[in-house]
Amino acid sequence: MAQTSANVKKGDHVQHHFVDSDQQFESAKMGMWIFLVTEILFFGGLFLAYIVFRSWYPELYLMASDHLDTFWGAVNTVVLIGSSLTVAMAIRSAQLNQQKGLIINLAITIALACIFMVIKYFEYTHKFDLGIYPGAYYAYDGIAHDKANIFFSIYYMMTGLHGIHVLIGIGLMIWLIVRARKGHFHSEYYTPVEITGLYWHLVDIIWIFLFPLLYLID
Amino acid sequence: MATSETSNIKRLQVRRFKPEENPKSTYLTEETGIWAWMTTVDHKKIGLMYLASILFFFFVGGTLALLLRTELLTPAQSFITADTYNQIFTLHGAIMVFFFLVPSVPAALGNFVLPLQLGCKDVAFPRVNLLSYYIYVIGAVFTLIAIFTGGVDTGWTFYTPYSATTGGNVMMMTLGVFILGFSSILTGVNFIVTIHRLRSPGQTWNKISLFLWSLYATSIIQILATPVLAITLLLLTMERALHIGIFDPALGGDPVLYQHFFWFYSHPAVYIMIVPGFGIVSEIISTFSRKHIFGYWAIALSSLAIAFIGFLVWGHHMFTAGQSSLANMVFSFLTFLVGIPTGIKIFNWVATMYKGSIDMKTPMLYIMAFLFLFMIGGFTGIMLGSLAVDIHLHDTYYVVAHFHYVMMGGMVMAFLGGLHYWWPKMFGKMYNEFWARIACVVIFIGFNLTFLPQFVMGSMGMPRRYFNYLEQFQGYHQASTYGSYILGIGFLIIAAYLLHSLLRGKKAPPNPWGSRAMEWQTSSPPSLHNYEHTPVVINGPYDYHKPMSEFQLGIEGSHNGHGEHQHTETKTVEADK
Amino acid sequence: MNRLSDFMLPPANSTFAAETDALFNFINVVSLILLIGITVTMIYFAIKYRRKSEDDTTPLITHNSKLEITWSVIPLILVMIVFGWGYNGYLTKTNAPDNAYEIRAIAKSWLWEFHYQTGHVSVNELHVPANRPVKMIISSDDVLHSFYIPEFRVKMDAVPNRYTSVWFEAIEPGEAILYCAEYCGSAHSNMLADVVIHSQEDFETWLETGDAIDDDLSPVELGEQLVQRQGCLACHSTDGSTLQGPTFQGIFGRDRLLTDGSTVTVDENYIRQSIIEPNTQVAEGFAPIMPTYAGSLNDRQIDAIIEYLKTLD
Repeated sequence: MAQTSANVKKGDHVQHHFVDSDQQFESAKMGMWIFLVTEILFFGGLFLAYIVFRSWYPELYLMASDHLDTFWGAVNTVVLIGSSLTVAMAIRSAQLNQQKGLIINLAITIALACIFMVIKYFEYTHKFDLGIYPGAYYAYDGIAHDKANIFFSIYYMMTGLHGIHVLIGIGLMIWLIVRARKGHFHSEYYTPVEITGLYWHLVDIIWIFLFPLLYLID
Repeated sequence: MATSETSNIKRLQVRRFKPEENPKSTYLTEETGIWAWMTTVDHKKIGLMYLASILFFFFVGGTLALLLRTELLTPAQSFITADTYNQIFTLHGAIMVFFFLVPSVPAALGNFVLPLQLGCKDVAFPRVNLLSYYIYVIGAVFTLIAIFTGGVDTGWTFYTPYSATTGGNVMMMTLGVFILGFSSILTGVNFIVTIHRLRSPGQTWNKISLFLWSLYATSIIQILATPVLAITLLLLTMERALHIGIFDPALGGDPVLYQHFFWFYSHPAVYIMIVPGFGIVSEIISTFSRKHIFGYWAIALSSLAIAFIGFLVWGHHMFTAGQSSLANMVFSFLTFLVGIPTGIKIFNWVATMYKGSIDMKTPMLYIMAFLFLFMIGGFTGIMLGSLAVDIHLHDTYYVVAHFHYVMMGGMVMAFLGGLHYWWPKMFGKMYNEFWARIACVVIFIGFNLTFLPQFVMGSMGMPRRYFNYLEQFQGYHQASTYGSYILGIGFLIIAAYLLHSLLRGKKAPPNPWGSRAMEWQTSSPPSLHNYEHTPVVINGPYDYHKPMSEFQLGIEGSHNGHGEHQHTETKTVEADK
Repeated sequence: MNRLSDFMLPPANSTFAAETDALFNFINVVSLILLIGITVTMIYFAIKYRRKSEDDTTPLITHNSKLEITWSVIPLILVMIVFGWGYNGYLTKTNAPDNAYEIRAIAKSWLWEFHYQTGHVSVNELHVPANRPVKMIISSDDVLHSFYIPEFRVKMDAVPNRYTSVWFEAIEPGEAILYCAEYCGSAHSNMLADVVIHSQEDFETWLETGDAIDDDLSPVELGEQLVQRQGCLACHSTDGSTLQGPTFQGIFGRDRLLTDGSTVTVDENYIRQSIIEPNTQVAEGFAPIMPTYAGSLNDRQIDAIIEYLKTLD
C-alpha cells in the first residue's frame, strides 16, 4: 500500500533520467555541496591574499581596521545569522507542506538580506566620502601607512564579492517565492528550497569569517 | 510491506539485450533541427557541440602556431612585427590551453561517453550541462572580442606587472577565461555527482571503467583548482579596471604573489589536461589487446594520487623567481613524487599488452605514439624538476618542447586516439582505416621533427618567446618549422577522411572493436535515451575472459524507465545492491 | 656522454657548470635507457602478440603486486638520486662566497644596466673578472625580466621592488651572451647583453680606465659606439624602419609632433632632454616606455651621441 501511495505522490518533478525522487534529491544536494566547495576555494584565494599581506604588514591591519565601523558590522552579522534561521524555517515549512509559512519565511529572509545590503551601502559611501578608495584611487591620509590602499583593496574585494553573493541569493529566493506561489513545492519535492538554503548558509558563514578578520582586529 | 518487497524481487528478471544492428531511431535522427540542437539537454548532442567548438579552436590555435613557426624561419623579422608576434603566441597559448586542452576530453568525449559507460540516460544535471556549454561559448566570444579589439600580448600566463600595464584588451581576455572557468567547474560538479549517483544496478566502484576513474580525478581537480584561477583572474581584471594594486609593485603589491596564485591553478590544470588522456589510453589498450587491464587499482588510484599531489607542486614554475631555497627544495621533492604514479601507469599499460591479442588499428596506433611521446615528456619533466638543471633550462625552448611533448604528444595523441575509438559510436560510421594510419604516422614524424630540435635549442640557451634570435639557432628553428608544416598536413588528412566518413562512411556495427566496455553494448549511434532497457552490470569492463552475452544484460520489460512497472522494479534493485 | 653534452649544451665557463652538466648527462642517459627499453618491449609485444584471428583468447592477468612494487620503487630511488643531486648543485649556485665581487644589475625595458663598485656604469655590456666569484644583485625598474647567461648555467628573475641575486665564477677569459629570459614585451628578444670576461689584471685596468679607452675616438665614432653599446638600437633603427621608438635616420633638425599635440624641432636640447628625462616629451605614435640614462651617461658621451645623430641623414 505504502508503495502505491508513493507512486501517486511521485508527481511530475522527477526528471526522466532519474529513477526516483530520492535519487534526484540526493544528486541535487550533492551537486550543491560540491559547488559550495568551489565557492569556498573561490573566496579562499582572497583569504590567502589577506593572510599574505597581513603577515608582511601586521601593523597596517591594526591601523586600518580602526576605520571600519564595528557596530554596523556587528549589526550586519546578527542580520545575516537571523536570515540563516529564517531560511532554515522555510525549508522546514516546505517539508511540512506549509505553503504560507514557506512564503513568509522566504520573504523575511529577503528582507533581512536587503537590510544587510543597505547597511553595506552606507558603510561604502561613508568611506568614499573620506576618499578611501581601493588601490590607485586611494586618497585618504588618516592612516599613516603607505600600504593602506592595499588593505582597502582587499577589503573591497572581499566584501564586494560577498555582497554580489548576497544579491544572487536575493534573486534566487525571489524565484523560489514565485514558484512556491504556484504550489511547486511540497513535502515530496522541495529540492530548490533545500539547495538555496545551503547556498545561503554558505554566504552567511563567509560573512562570519569576514567580520572578525576585517573589523575585529585588536 | 515485507511480503510486497519479496514479491517484487521475484518479478525482477534479467535477460540479454543484443544491441540493435540497424537502429531505426537514434539520437541523431530524433529531435533534429537547429533549435532542437541548441536547446538540447541530451549529453550526446552537447558532447558533439563541444567537439565542434574545440575542433574549431584547435584549428585557430594551430594556424596561429604555423604563423609563429613561419616567422621564425629567419633570425630577423620576416613578415610580422614583434608586437604581432607577441600577440600571436599569447593567443596560441591561451586558446590551446583554455579553449582546447582543458575541455577537449572531459567536455567533448567525456560528455558523450560518461553516461553511456554508466548505463544512465543522461548526466545528473542535463540543463546545467547545456548551461556550461553556453558559458563556454560566452567565454569564447569574450576572447574573440579581445582579439579584435586590441589583442593581448601578455603570454598565456598573464604575468604581472606586465599584464597590468601593457596595452591591448587584456581585461576582455581575462574575463573570457574567468567565465570559461565556470563552465569547467559545472562540468566537474556534474560528472562527480553522476558517477556517484547514477551508476547502473550492479555497477560498483570496481566495475566502472578507468576512463570514468580518470574523469572522476579530473573533476576533482577542476572543482578544487578552477575557483582559484577565477579569483586570480578577477583580481587581475580589477587590477586593470580599478588599479587595486595587490599584484602591481608600483602600487605596493607583489608580482610574485600573482605567480603563486596563477600556478596554484595552472599546474593542477596541466593534470586536468592530461589525466583524462590516461583514461582513454587504458580503454584503448585493453580493447585492442582484448585483454584484462593490468593493475586496475594501480591505474585508478594513481590518477587520484596525481590529482592530489598535483596540488602541491606549483612552486616548480618559480625556481628562478627568487623563492627561498627551502621552498624550492620542497617543491622539487614533491615534483619528483608526482612522477612516480605516472610511471606506474606506463608500466601497467605496457604490461597489459603482454600475451594480449593486439590489433594495431588506428586508435591503438595513436596510443603507441602517445606512450613514446609522453615518456619523453615525462623524462624531460624529471630534468626540469631537478633544481640545478632547471636553473639553466627554465624559460628556454627546452620547457616549450617539454610542454608540447606532454600536451600535444600526450594529450592530443590520446584525444585523437579517443576520437577515432569512439567515432563509430558517435556517428555510426566507420572512417578509412588506411588513411587514418597514414595520418597518424605523418603526425608522429611531423611532431618529432618540430619539437626534438627545440630540446637542443633550449639546452643551448635559446630563451622562449623570442621574436628574433641569434643566427647560431637558425638550423634548429628551420627544422622545427618544416616539422610543423608536416604536422599541419597530417591534421588536414584527418579532417579530409573524417569528413568523408561523415558523408559517405561505411555503416558501423554496434561494437566494431569487440570491446567489453559498456558503451559498446548499445546501438551505434545510441538511441536518444542511450539504452532501450535498464542495463545490469555483473562484470568489470575489462573482463575479456567472460562471454560477450554477460555484458549485455538488462532488466526484462524495464524499457529503461519508459515502461509501466519501472518504478517499483528498479527501486528493488537499488535496495538489493 | 661528452659528445651528447657537447652537442646539446653551450660551452661551460663557470666553476659549477660541470656539475650541472654531469647531472644533465646522467638524467639523459638513464632516460634514454628506460625510453629505449620500454619502447622496444612495446614494439616486441605488438609484434609477438599481434592478433592472429578474431577468436583469439587471452589469459586473465589482473595484477602482480611484486611487479607493481618493483616498478614503483626503482623509479623512486632514481628520482631521489636526481633530487638530491639537483638540490646539492642548486645550493652551490645559491650560496655566494663572502669574498665575491658585487655588481648591481638593473633591468629596464629593454636594456641591462650594470653598476660596478668603482661607480662605473656600463649598459648592455657586463664586464666580469675570471677566476674570481662575482655576485650580481639584480632588480628591475618596470616589469619582470630574467638574468640568464647560458655559459655560466645561471638564471635569476629581475623583480621590481625587490632584490634577487646570483653568483658565478668564470673560468676562462672570453665572451658570452646574457639573455633576458622572462617575457617583457615588444623588444624582449632584443634585450641581450655582451658578457666580457677579463683576466684579473685586465678587469682592474678596465675598471680604472673604463671610458678612457674612448678618448682616442672622435665624437662621431664614440657616439656610434655608444648607440650600439647602450642598447639604443633595440628600439631605434638607423635605417628608417619603425621599431618601438622613432628611427634615428634623419632625426636631427626634423620637426616632431608630440603626444601632447605640440611640435618641437629635434635639436641638441631635445635630444639631451630625451636621454635624461625620456618620457617628458614623447613623439606622437609611440608609448612612453624609454628608460632614463641619467647617471649612466656623462656629458661628453651625450655630446658624442648628438654628434653621431647629426650624421645620420
